[in-house]
Amino acid sequence: MSSAMHPAMDMAAERGMQLSPAGESGVQLLEVSMGPQHPSTHGVFRMDVVLDGEKVVKLKPVFGYLHRNHEKIAEKETYLGNMPYTDRLDYICSLTNNWAYALAVEKLAGIEVPERAEYLRVITAELTRLQNHALLIGFLMQDMGASGTPLMYAFREREKIQDLFEALTGSRMMSNYMRFGGCRVDAPAGWLAEVGKMVASFPQFLDEFEALLTGNEILMARTQEVGVVTRERAVNAGLTGPMLRASGVNYDIRKVDGYGIYNRFPFRVPLGEHGDTYDRYMIRVLEMRESVKILEQALKEIPDGPIQDPKTKPRNFRPKVGEAYGRIESPKGELGFYLISDGTGTPYRYRVRPPSLINLTLLEEMCLGHNVADIVVILGSVDIVLGEVDR
Amino acid sequence: MLGRGIVEGMLETARNFLGSYVSRERLTTVQYPEERLAHIENARSFPFLVYDGADWQAGMRCVSCQICEKECPPKCIYIEKSVDKKPDAVGRPQNYPKVFNIDVSVCMSCQICVEVCPFDAIKMDVEYELGAHDRFGGLLLDKQRLSKSNEYYHRIHPTEAAAVDAALAEERAKMQAKQQAAAAAAAAKAAAPVAATPSAAIPSAPATEGKA
Repeated sequence: MSSAMHPAMDMAAERGMQLSPAGESGVQLLEVSMGPQHPSTHGVFRMDVVLDGEKVVKLKPVFGYLHRNHEKIAEKETYLGNMPYTDRLDYICSLTNNWAYALAVEKLAGIEVPERAEYLRVITAELTRLQNHALLIGFLMQDMGASGTPLMYAFREREKIQDLFEALTGSRMMSNYMRFGGCRVDAPAGWLAEVGKMVASFPQFLDEFEALLTGNEILMARTQEVGVVTRERAVNAGLTGPMLRASGVNYDIRKVDGYGIYNRFPFRVPLGEHGDTYDRYMIRVLEMRESVKILEQALKEIPDGPIQDPKTKPRNFRPKVGEAYGRIESPKGELGFYLISDGTGTPYRYRVRPPSLINLTLLEEMCLGHNVADIVVILGSVDIVLGEVDR
Repeated sequence: MLGRGIVEGMLETARNFLGSYVSRERLTTVQYPEERLAHIENARSFPFLVYDGADWQAGMRCVSCQICEKECPPKCIYIEKSVDKKPDAVGRPQNYPKVFNIDVSVCMSCQICVEVCPFDAIKMDVEYELGAHDRFGGLLLDKQRLSKSNEYYHRIHPTEAAAVDAALAEERAKMQAKQQAAAAAAAAKAAAPVAATPSAAIPSAPATEGKA
């Protein structure tokens, strides 16, 4: 350590205080704890950041502040009783969480889902995707300093979707809607027409949103070449969802698995080229446009009929001994539920594969060498919800 | 040209700002609590107990079968079964809950209790302004606070309540037909010297008609 530094440091050294080593810039390294109550961390998430001047030299993500024993609780609950808990994983996308869990249980017990219920699932899942991506972009802009405006526009659209969810499921966020072998209730009269109206007006919102943001020079300056993830790194780290596709890997579980009835919808999978934050923003916009197409087709094709497999009953549900893994393309990536049944009314093992947590793997790598302000933007583009990261 | 994107974005902001003066589409907020939105029919907040007729104790549909207590995921329901019996919504003599508490600070509004209730006794309310100064007593709702009339249920969930009433009326009709058959059988038996049959002790169905 050179003594030709700030007089205060010399004084500290005289008193025998331990000083952290200096960085490349010659300035002492500074350790900052960002979070867990920092407004940019999207919940109770903490990053221990070591800074050399303004540059990040080390970053350690610390999570677990929202841990609530989700997987252990599930081993004590009935299969049905777990459904409302899955709402609370990624509380923005409760309907896709429901679907992933229902899919795992249906695989476990070998239950068929009626046609109309499949369509209702696709409609609710794609609405969830619209809502999640719109909100994510809003929050990303908020993190970047566009205080409020894009976020409020996103919230305005989200509110319309939430009203639709409330009319269908009874709750804006904690829907508890899917059941093993179908859905809990049928769409009320006129609901599909309301969805149709909302879907028809959504492209206009997207156009306006893009006019506001896509060409914005500040947005470009803050996001392009920031937080680059290469194709190889993305695959090796197990990233999924928009994070992976922004790096140019064509992997969408809706296409790969074709779960539910997704193979009936001819949608395209947008891919990024650079794997930077701007690509991750753009992927979300393009995915929303594809979701609108899926919704339009689903609303046109949805048949009448039952919404629940009549063989399944809500109480005393006991799948046969076995194990199953059900996964879907949630708006954030691959959301999977792994279940082991021992033939009783409660799962023997219940495991969640959360996209938010696994997409955080490369956080340090993305942030190294960037400025402090970029950490916030990079974290915002990963799209995490702490309910899912910590479980 | 540098700055063009920003200017275009500003135009978008101006469009929304000025539009909010003329279009409801762009001004979507309401001034709560002075101004309120009508609740959506399927909305749900916390459970309540339905009773028929005017007296909440006599008309209580709950027969304290305790299925909801067992199935409730966060276990926020506490029920104590009565020793004596009273006629339920369809006229069968049944137990009733001596104690029925729901801790709404624990309840997560999942409505699984509603789904598993075989007696249509527990339904979801739409009341959401439940703030209380006492977080223990104020949010622990007892039987009396939970009881709400069937008319109230019809007011908040008209479609669902009508379906429930129709199903109950059907069941009640079946029950009455059964009782009449039993009474006829008893009358036939009355010719014999031993007359006291248990069916004569079954009270008639409570006055619950006239809804919907």
